[in-house]
Amino acid sequence: MPPTATVVQLRGVAKRFASGLEALGGVDLAVARGEFLSLLGPSGCGKSTLLRIVAGLSEPSGGGCTLDLGAPPGAATTGRIGFVFQDPTLMPWSTLAKNVELPLRIAGRLGSAERDRVAQALAAVGLKGFERAYPHQLSGGMRMRASLARALVTEPDLLLLDEPFAALDEITRLALNDDLLRLWERHRPTILFVTHSVFESVYLSTRIAVMTARPGRIAADLPVPLPQPRERGLRLSPAYAAMCERVSAALAAATAPPVQ
Amino acid sequence: MMQRALRLLAPLAIGIVFLAAWEAIVRLRGIPPYILPAPSAVAQSLWVDGPSLFFSLLVTLRITLAALAAAAFFGGALALLFSRSRILELSLFPYAVILQVTPIVAIAPLIIIWVRQPFLALLVCAWIVAFFPIVSNTTVGLNSADRNLLALFRLYGASPGQTLLLLRLPTALPYFLAGLRISGGLALIGAVVAEFVAGTGGAETGLAFRILEAGYRLAIPRLFAALFLLSLTGIVIYLLLDLLSRRLLRHWHESALAEEE
Repeated sequence: MPPTATVVQLRGVAKRFASGLEALGGVDLAVARGEFLSLLGPSGCGKSTLLRIVAGLSEPSGGGCTLDLGAPPGAATTGRIGFVFQDPTLMPWSTLAKNVELPLRIAGRLGSAERDRVAQALAAVGLKGFERAYPHQLSGGMRMRASLARALVTEPDLLLLDEPFAALDEITRLALNDDLLRLWERHRPTILFVTHSVFESVYLSTRIAVMTARPGRIAADLPVPLPQPRERGLRLSPAYAAMCERVSAALAAATAPPVQ
Repeated sequence: MMQRALRLLAPLAIGIVFLAAWEAIVRLRGIPPYILPAPSAVAQSLWVDGPSLFFSLLVTLRITLAALAAAAFFGGALALLFSRSRILELSLFPYAVILQVTPIVAIAPLIIIWVRQPFLALLVCAWIVAFFPIVSNTTVGLNSADRNLLALFRLYGASPGQTLLLLRLPTALPYFLAGLRISGGLALIGAVVAEFVAGTGGAETGLAFRILEAGYRLAIPRLFAALFLLSLTGIVIYLLLDLLSRRLLRHWHESALAEEE
């Protein structure tokens, strides 16, 4: 599969809820394989709704969304998409290992190979040794790591992240940013990352789609030409600061009230 | 440690003071035992009539436990049906409510006429009182699964059976257990009420009938002794169900987690 193949293709995706609320007003977006794309926008601009439509958890009321996950035609897409919510969304009655193995258990396969994958996924997010811990015994950051491990255990082609670090403290958030980058570099899944933080989006992504306030549309589509791999020092570089300024300006323009 | 000792000693001290005051007032005022027996007289009656009262207690206990088991089983099953079918829930739930709000004392005579077998008639009465908290609690529990977890199950292509087994049932467990704890006490009340109405004599005499009988004969100390056994039974049932709930939920549910964790 060539690296430029399109994984997610959105054409005029609109969403109007039964309440009459217009969340999305025609979104056109193409995401290439291996891209780390951030959807950046103000609260309530329909970013999460867009992500749910891509995941197939919500139907668009207009337009269409097609996925090409590189699977042979007709193969199930189950397990090829990983989803991480803003809350860790773990099952409190299950140990971390049981939580992480959930996608595999649903798929019906649970052998020694699968148990190895669960252990690997937990190790990859720095939770080795916590297999038998219950979610309530862990900090918020560790729970979010477990949630990431669960999304990664199926080795998805497409990873959808819905403001996963928004509820975490600054220190944990920075650490998890770096962990996410390392995971992305290792497996190179296509990532769609929803955030309302300019700094986070610039640090993480290869491309940023800036959205307008409700109804959400793509207002600007900016590539992030910063060097790879991203390291912490980047946050202090002039290039990073300049990029943040450009993105901030684009966001300000997108959210400014329309001139009458 | 201090807290725990206090939790045990404080109610115990109150109890002792209360019993001593009761004993003193009865003795000083010379209240006859057929109006208010002194605690010592009740204790004596408990000692003398203990074996026969205990036998009656077993009869009542059998009805209570059978009714509780039936309530847990049918209540759980009905809640499961309700969670599978909204239509079924909408059409049947009002009748469950009607059954619940109609005083059992009022329907017990009918049930005793219709159900010929006495044990079964009492069982049905106790069951009617006991099953509602389990149905309503478990129904709420089964519908309380986390929205995002449900989305995740859909994303991974889980079957309805898998979603039920891995998500809805564990979510509903604390609700079911809370219902069960309420139903434990209600089953005992239901059994006692049904016995009052049925008034069975003969070989299978429950504790409630012994209370009636003692009342008729003005054997008030024995009445108090039977009452004491009944309360004790209710407390033991509650404690056992509470223990069961804590054992099952100890790893994860807020209600059962130790405070220091």
